[in-house]
Amino acid sequence: MNYHWNWRIFFDPAPSGTGTYLDMLLSGLLLTIETAICAWIIALALGSVVGVLRTLPSKTASWVGFAHVEFFRNMPLLVQLFVWFFVLPEILPRAWGLWLKQMPHAPFYTAAIGIGLFMSARVAEQTRAGINSLPRGQKLAATALGLTTAQTYRYVLLPMAFRIMMPPLTSEFLATIKNTSVALTIGLIELTAEARAMQEFSFQVFEAFTAATVLYLLVNIVVVTAMRFLERAIAVPGYITGK
Amino acid sequence: MFANFDFDVIGRSLGYLFFDGMTFTLTLTGLSALGGLIFGTLIALMRLSGLKLLGHVAGLYVDLMRSLPLVLVIFWFYFLVPYIGQWLTGSSRPIHVGAFASSLITFIMFEAAYFSEIMRAGIQSISRGQPAAAQALGLTYSQAMRYVVLPQAFRNMLPVLLTQTIVLFQDTSLVYVVSITDFLGAASKVAQRDGRLVEMYLFAAVVYFAISCIASFGVRRLQSRIAFVH
Repeated sequence: MNYHWNWRIFFDPAPSGTGTYLDMLLSGLLLTIETAICAWIIALALGSVVGVLRTLPSKTASWVGFAHVEFFRNMPLLVQLFVWFFVLPEILPRAWGLWLKQMPHAPFYTAAIGIGLFMSARVAEQTRAGINSLPRGQKLAATALGLTTAQTYRYVLLPMAFRIMMPPLTSEFLATIKNTSVALTIGLIELTAEARAMQEFSFQVFEAFTAATVLYLLVNIVVVTAMRFLERAIAVPGYITGK
Repeated sequence: MFANFDFDVIGRSLGYLFFDGMTFTLTLTGLSALGGLIFGTLIALMRLSGLKLLGHVAGLYVDLMRSLPLVLVIFWFYFLVPYIGQWLTGSSRPIHVGAFASSLITFIMFEAAYFSEIMRAGIQSISRGQPAAAQALGLTYSQAMRYVVLPQAFRNMLPVLLTQTIVLFQDTSLVYVVSITDFLGAASKVAQRDGRLVEMYLFAAVVYFAISCIASFGVRRLQSRIAFVH
């Protein structure tokens, strides 16, 4: 192979003038994490509500939930981001569109909201599966005790369902982190984009991508470990994953 | 709101969008699903073979692929494949690999990891009596897999495999990052050329939505029919 390896490249100053190439990659990592966390808050909040809607007895509610999931699940994330970023400001009233276009950090907000909405459909499916996996007796017992539907969900169904959902939710959170890389197409300079920029400046393509790979793997390991601790901490003794 | 829309731009570029773009997308999806399924099954068999080293290597590969964003994997292979080709053919410089071959290799390698997890679950869902009976009949390991276990595993997992293929169909749009003309790439090129981002991106969204919706509806019907047979 006539490729010239140079692992010390990370400590060379980057042409962006903000420090070394390593600093560049780390600032990308930080943006990846920030975007992922914001997107995850949206996905978790909205996804739980939509997932609950789909399990309600009301036909309208479950149809609304169904439509939300199908809408956000059947378009590629990249296309959704393009629609939010390029199309939305054009079809809004002029003043709003202008405000959107002039907003600072537009790629960040677009990515956080776009990825959040995209992931909310998947979180909703997990929530629905979690609630439906509970024995029917739980809901019936809650009704027999005189709890309203809201109380049944708040005190009986959701506390159990969320515990059951922890492993799939962990993978959805990991998917959210990975999906932030799609936002490089709308100009978000996250980890993959920084690795790509480093490759273009330094021509050390494999070092740059290796570093990004290692950073993604580290993030994965941290998240998986943290979630395992959380899972153990909130487990109900004697039940499913309990001690 | 739609007053200054130019829907004509869609009509003018339909040929390019579908004959160049969608053909690329669908061919890439089909071949990647097929290749991913074949390699994925091999990886699943490696993991279930009981041979420690083989299982570990396969497991590491799957974990690595599943922890990386597809965009990064696309970049990796885009730059790596010419060097692998050079190494394989023994030529003196990195070989030139076309856009289609490069993205096909990427998606086969990436999807193999995801398909292997599905096939692994499928193989594990077959009751232990089946391979035991096959062994009792005097079938070799490969015969037992070929004629007894894999056909059932494949059949049980068909809805999941097809759902994963729909995800793959949507994911192929990410080849946009290396400027390949798939369906979205074609739409984007027309959009940039004619300054018609709104129309082209909305149209692309509608087309992807329609195809994925119809496909997942088909998978749901298939699933209920399979469930009925059981």
